[in-house]
Amino acid sequence: MMSHWIVAPIILPALVGSFVLLTLRHDLLLQRVAGLAGTAGLVFLALVLWAGTAGGAIESYELGSWPAPFGIVLVADRLAALMVLLTAVLGLMVLAYVTASGWDGRGRHFHALYQFQLMGLMGAMLTGDIFNLFVFFEILLIASYGLMIHAGGRMRLRAGVQYVVVNLAGSTLFLFALGAIYGIFGTLNMADMAVRVGQLPEGDIALLRVSAALLVLVFLLKGGLVPLHFWMPNTYALAPAPVAALFAIMTKVGAYSVIRVYTLVFPPEAAGTGTMVADILMPFALVTLALGALGVLAGGTLGRVTAFSALASMGTLFAAVAGFDPEAIAAALYYLIHSTLAGAALFLVVDQVRARRGTSALVPRAPMAGTGLVASAYFAAAIAVAGMPPLSGFMGKLMVLDALRDHGAWVWVWSVVLVGSLVIVVGFARAGSVLFWKAHDGATPAAAPAEPVDRPDPAATSGWAMAALALPLVGVLALTAFAGPVHGQMRAIAAQLGDRAAYVAAVLGPEAGAGLATLTPDEDQ
Amino acid sequence: MELLVSLGIGLMTAVGVYLMLRRRTFPVVLGLAMLSYAVNTFIFASGRLISGAPPVLMKDVTTYTDPLPQALVLTAIVISFGMTAVVVLLSLGAFLSAETDAIDIEKPDAREGAAAADRAG
Repeated sequence: MMSHWIVAPIILPALVGSFVLLTLRHDLLLQRVAGLAGTAGLVFLALVLWAGTAGGAIESYELGSWPAPFGIVLVADRLAALMVLLTAVLGLMVLAYVTASGWDGRGRHFHALYQFQLMGLMGAMLTGDIFNLFVFFEILLIASYGLMIHAGGRMRLRAGVQYVVVNLAGSTLFLFALGAIYGIFGTLNMADMAVRVGQLPEGDIALLRVSAALLVLVFLLKGGLVPLHFWMPNTYALAPAPVAALFAIMTKVGAYSVIRVYTLVFPPEAAGTGTMVADILMPFALVTLALGALGVLAGGTLGRVTAFSALASMGTLFAAVAGFDPEAIAAALYYLIHSTLAGAALFLVVDQVRARRGTSALVPRAPMAGTGLVASAYFAAAIAVAGMPPLSGFMGKLMVLDALRDHGAWVWVWSVVLVGSLVIVVGFARAGSVLFWKAHDGATPAAAPAEPVDRPDPAATSGWAMAALALPLVGVLALTAFAGPVHGQMRAIAAQLGDRAAYVAAVLGPEAGAGLATLTPDEDQ
Repeated sequence: MELLVSLGIGLMTAVGVYLMLRRRTFPVVLGLAMLSYAVNTFIFASGRLISGAPPVLMKDVTTYTDPLPQALVLTAIVISFGMTAVVVLLSLGAFLSAETDAIDIEKPDAREGAAAADRAG
């Protein structure tokens, strides 16, 4: 019934993006209208998908009607619908801010690139074919290269080169992994892989483990996990801050891919790979968290501090994912929604600080205009990101800690998460006091020459921009207020992920699903 | 043939990784191109190496080579071609605006240095 809706979230931004590029190149106002309308339409489509999958149905869409596993399929299940909805909502919030603050006028083709970025994100979350996942990764990356260097600048271009080079190396690694996977499985359809992983000959197990490890490396590179995080702080700190806010979802694509592929194709109960990936993930996730927390303390500019807090949140997220049981996955998903919205809000605050103060460096300066409002927004976003009560960051961390209570390394998880949170709180408090309090110190000469603000756009600090900044904060508030129902939904998603046979049956037909169920009898249905 | 192909892939990967670890953009771009050649050959070989067999159905033929890797390689070539163009242009832009082609961004050691970097960004 809803089959054709599945492809719509990919088609819509592709059409809007091309339309903007071809016909509205010279009219910023029309670009804004088209971009906002397109993204609002995307939110609507995401809601349709959400409603369609809410009953627990998994629907697959065969592109060009080529039957699976020979053609490419898109699959809408609860997890995909959640990610699509989150991306669309975040996309609309960030685009509203970009429009209100005039960022889109500071370079060319912002709206077209933005739509292509959304298209890649939607595709990556909906596809049921692993080579197609690579293609959508490339689409979202090539659009992100353009967005990352939007408005130009010496440092930004140089950080852009680093970002592109690291991601190109990652793409090559992805292709190596895919080649190995095709060599072993003879298929690239994820449901088909899930069926065949139990039937592989003994001799292929070593190759299977190698390709599973290569693949997880690629996803962790996207997710910014130590030691593959080197691209992340510079990229996030030097990209235009609203673009960094959108990139909050990009690292989550890595987390999403890990959840998808390593619950479906290489689940911990699969004989060939076992808990290998979970065992790799956990220690590195904790190191990421610790490193991110230290970075928050030592960032030097609010931009870098925020970038490192994003790194720390990926550490927490991957620690939860590494639990790989339904409770842990549910907690990870709640934390994923929270950290996307809270991280985006904090990056938008960074943009306000830069626009009002000329720099986000943590050195005392003359007070900025409208300190009170920006400081309140910073306060709220920092509390959320650090995971202090009463906002959703606290609930998210609580769920993660609670879910990992029975994990073998729970002592490590608890200590690193709790101490890390403390360090992050200290780091944010220090940054905030320099930015918002010390400005009023008598010791600071108030007559310090006001820096030339390199973006004299008055729209950047307008009330509209502040209103758009509030949107992700409202999202965080809603996530806090409805934590119970949202967590219930996340548990439903995690339960659906545990039922591999249902996914396979939806893609390949009931017989294949039943076959999978008998192949792995010890799996809880 | 297997030995020759695998040695070739290994050599190209080694060269690509070595070049990619250089500190200037030009060798890094060459290294990325080299790596993409290596991976294209690798994907091609993932359908098993069979010489002289057609990939599509033909009369009186019983041995076929796998057509799917060829389609995959085609996709990978197109994508890596486009990406190479992007990285070349981006490095050129960075070189022209920063007047250096070093990959590393020098560490701003003082707070003021960080401020300058932040302003420029």
